[in-house]
Amino acid sequence: MKFEVRLPAMGEDATEEATVAYWPIEEGEVIHEGDDLVELTTDKAAFSVPSPKTGTLVEKVVEEGDEVEVGDLICILDV
Amino acid sequence: MATEFPTSPPAARSIETQRFDTPVPYQQAFDMQRARCGEIEAGRAGNLLMLLEHPPVFTLGRRSDPNNILLNASQLREKGIELHYVDRGGDVTYHGPGQLVAYPILDLSQWRLSIRWYLRSLEEVLVRLVARYDLPGERLDGFSGVWVRGAKVAAIGVGIHNWVTFHGIALNVAPNMTHFTHIIPCGITDKPVTSLRQLLGDAPPMNEVMTAFDEEFRSYFLDQPPS
Repeated sequence: MKFEVRLPAMGEDATEEATVAYWPIEEGEVIHEGDDLVELTTDKAAFSVPSPKTGTLVEKVVEEGDEVEVGDLICILDV
Repeated sequence: MATEFPTSPPAARSIETQRFDTPVPYQQAFDMQRARCGEIEAGRAGNLLMLLEHPPVFTLGRRSDPNNILLNASQLREKGIELHYVDRGGDVTYHGPGQLVAYPILDLSQWRLSIRWYLRSLEEVLVRLVARYDLPGERLDGFSGVWVRGAKVAAIGVGIHNWVTFHGIALNVAPNMTHFTHIIPCGITDKPVTSLRQLLGDAPPMNEVMTAFDEEFRSYFLDQPPS
C-alpha cells in the first residue's frame, strides 16, 4: 500500500523553510519506523526526520537542495 | 521535633561536564558525541557538556560551499590543517588550539522542543560569558553566532537527533587568526572574525574561560523552567 510521507511539524517551532540536506537511504531500500528517513538543515541546525512507518522507499519526491515546508510531500513508501 | 521533608522531591535536571586538557581530534570528539547521543536516546545516560580544543581543522556543514575554503589539498597538508564534512547546519568553520569548543549533548525534551530556542539559548550563554570580560556581545539579525563590535567572536552550529543535541559552539579565545584568512567563514565575506585576545589585548587562560563557560552554561540551562 502506498503511503505518502509529509514533513511533520518539528516541536514547537513555527513553520519555517528547511533545506533537504541528505537522503541516507536509496529508493528500493527498506526503512524501519523511527529510523532516519531524511536529514534537513535550517540556517544553523541540522536535524533528521524519523520514518513514520516501516516500508520500502518507493520515490523521493524532494531532492537534496530542495526547500521544504511543514506539510510538504517528501516521499512515498510502500507499507 | 523532626523536620518534615517532602516525600518526593521534583526530579532534578542535571548536566555532567567533561573537560579535556589536550586537543581532541575532530573525528574522535564527534564519535564521542554520537555515542553519548545514542546512550541518552536509549535512556542510559544523562545530559553532558563537553569542553575541549581541537587540533587545526576546517569543517564543512551539509550545505557548505567547498569554494569557501581557499586552500587546495596539498596546501592544507602543508599547513597541518585537516578537512571534515559534518552533519550540522552552517558553512565552513575553523577549529584549532586557542579556541574553546563546547559540545552540549542535551535531551531537549527536558527543556523545550524548539531548535530556534536552543540556538538563541547558546547565544545567550555566550553573551553572558563575554560580559564577564566587559565585552558587549550581540546577536546579529540573520546571522547566528555572537558578535562584538561587528566582528564574530563565537560561531554556532548544531545537530539534533530525536531531540538530542550535538555539535555546538566555538569561541575564539586566542587561536591562530591567520587560519581564518584561508576560508570564508560561514560563507560571509564582509564580516570580520575576532578573538578575546584581539578584543582585550591579552587573552584570558583557556582553563579560566572553560570554567566561566561551564558556570554560565549551567546557570542558564539549569535555571530554565522544566518542560
